Amino acid sequence: MSSVTIDKAAPTRTVKLGSMSRDRKWALRWSYFFLTLFAIFSLLPPIYMLITSLKSSAEISAATNPWWVFHPTLENYVGLLTSNQFLRFFLNSALVSIFVVTITMLISVPAAFALARMRFWGSATLATGVFLTYLIPDSLLFIPLFKVFAQFGDWTGIQLINRWYVLLFIYPTLTVPFCTWIMIGYFASIPKELDEAAIIDGASWFQTLTRIFIPVALPGLIAATIFAFTVSWAQFLYPLVFTTSTDQLVLPVGIITTLIKGDVFNWGQIMTGALLGAAPPLIIYAFLMDYYIAGLTAGATKG
Amino acid sequence: MADVALQPDSVGAAQPVRKRSGLKKALKRKSTAAFLMTLPLIILIALLVLYPAFYSLHLATLNKSMQRFVGLGNFEFLFKRDTFWLVVKQSCIFAITAVLFKALIGFIVAHFVHNIPAKGQRKWRGMLLVPWVIPPAMSTLAWLWLFDPSYSAFNYTLSFFGIGPIPWTGDADWARFSVILVNVWYGAPFFMIMYLASLKSVPEQLYEAAAIDGANWWQRIWYVTLPMMRNIIAITTLFSLIVTFANFDIVRILTAGGPLDHTHIFATWAFRIGIEGSDIPLGASVSLFMVPILAVAAIFILRDVNKRGNES
Repeated sequence: MSSVTIDKAAPTRTVKLGSMSRDRKWALRWSYFFLTLFAIFSLLPPIYMLITSLKSSAEISAATNPWWVFHPTLENYVGLLTSNQFLRFFLNSALVSIFVVTITMLISVPAAFALARMRFWGSATLATGVFLTYLIPDSLLFIPLFKVFAQFGDWTGIQLINRWYVLLFIYPTLTVPFCTWIMIGYFASIPKELDEAAIIDGASWFQTLTRIFIPVALPGLIAATIFAFTVSWAQFLYPLVFTTSTDQLVLPVGIITTLIKGDVFNWGQIMTGALLGAAPPLIIYAFLMDYYIAGLTAGATKG
Repeated sequence: MADVALQPDSVGAAQPVRKRSGLKKALKRKSTAAFLMTLPLIILIALLVLYPAFYSLHLATLNKSMQRFVGLGNFEFLFKRDTFWLVVKQSCIFAITAVLFKALIGFIVAHFVHNIPAKGQRKWRGMLLVPWVIPPAMSTLAWLWLFDPSYSAFNYTLSFFGIGPIPWTGDADWARFSVILVNVWYGAPFFMIMYLASLKSVPEQLYEAAAIDGANWWQRIWYVTLPMMRNIIAITTLFSLIVTFANFDIVRILTAGGPLDHTHIFATWAFRIGIEGSDIPLGASVSLFMVPILAVAAIFILRDVNKRGNES
């Protein structure tokens, strides 16, 4: 074991063993040094959010050392968490995300199962099409989609624009293709013998899906769920286009449009809101990091 | 099994199958069941992705009130505007520079993480991925506050070194730098994670063989690591190129296109014209200019993904 590690770090084959391990030590020190620099760079904005969120507006406008809190206070948190408006944004975001995750899973899991296992006419083309759909960005579709929903309102009289639930129709266009794609990958990696055995034992296709595929591919399912949740929680462009009344806004848009009043920036509250808005994905990430990373890398490596 | 499954006459035999002899029937109705299972997906893609995509082609040919057909009039109008060419230039500068630095930083950081003992890697990886986890709209607010004209924490720090104050979002060139910096901050962790996963799959024997042949660290990267990672580098870069080119949140929140439209990219300018300026056809025409670049990137990604599929 130790000889392997020494070999790996050796710059040339001619150096002696003692200096090799010294080189290894220095390589390690440099690695830690640069990693610390990059970690500071990565964590700077969230830490600065936390610092500012603990300051009173008097301390912020006094322009003291911005990196230190002299009189820590929770007044920003109290102010936001007792404001009905902010709680409404939070509720809207939570409702949208939970519904979108449910809709996404209900659409993409059966579809992925069918595309991975039950080959039918056009299934390969459809799988490719799903992948291509995933590559279409939101900034290409927001204008035609807005017009489509406006016209739908004109024709049917059902006004969807400026209602938070319009997002339940739109977000799945972002989440379903990716979730279907990674679920195809997970389902395809399940050995064929498993579902053949189930079929022989008299299970229907539906039972094969719920009793065999979903339990076996559970890690993939969790990864897809996390992805769908983070995408719907973080989405900014669609709610900005489709919702305008303050009681229909979701968190990211709500913070930006209501806490910034003209040129007056209430930075203590903005940073508190941003931190609270970043908290749910961060908490999920802290507990389910491995699933999160699995979903992240699956998109390009599976399939 | 597959031969039986390919039988096309699958309608009928709808009663539930329980017994062993029902296997053939179950397989027979397979394609109907499969079609029904994919139907919601097909409807979603057709109605909310394909239809709007083609509808925007139609929209782009209408006048502002959307009552008259103007053909390519919107495009002619755009070509004559200086702002449009500014947006094209800025979109290209933004996407190419940002992706380049993301790829470079991701590659370097992935190597450092790979270098340290496996026990501590999880912790570092966890910290370095945080920028990717925070919703970009939220983290860009923090950057906006860090760049604030009068209370900038960066300028405060730099003033101790006698530098500044730097107009982070006030000056055209600095604003361009700032939006790219924030985008690199946000996107580099994605590259790091992808490279790290692929670094771990390079067989150790290759490095041992290279070391026996007397290769130094640079030669090992150039002749062993890079060729082994070529595919993943290509896919990640193309993915990121699409996402960066279509970026909206960061530019919108940090500069909103300013100063004087110098940091507008296609998405933010289309929003400014189409939604804020309520000239929907012109906005649709602007966002259509993203299609050629996205299509080229998508074709290459698809080729790579299919190649990987065939290999495995």
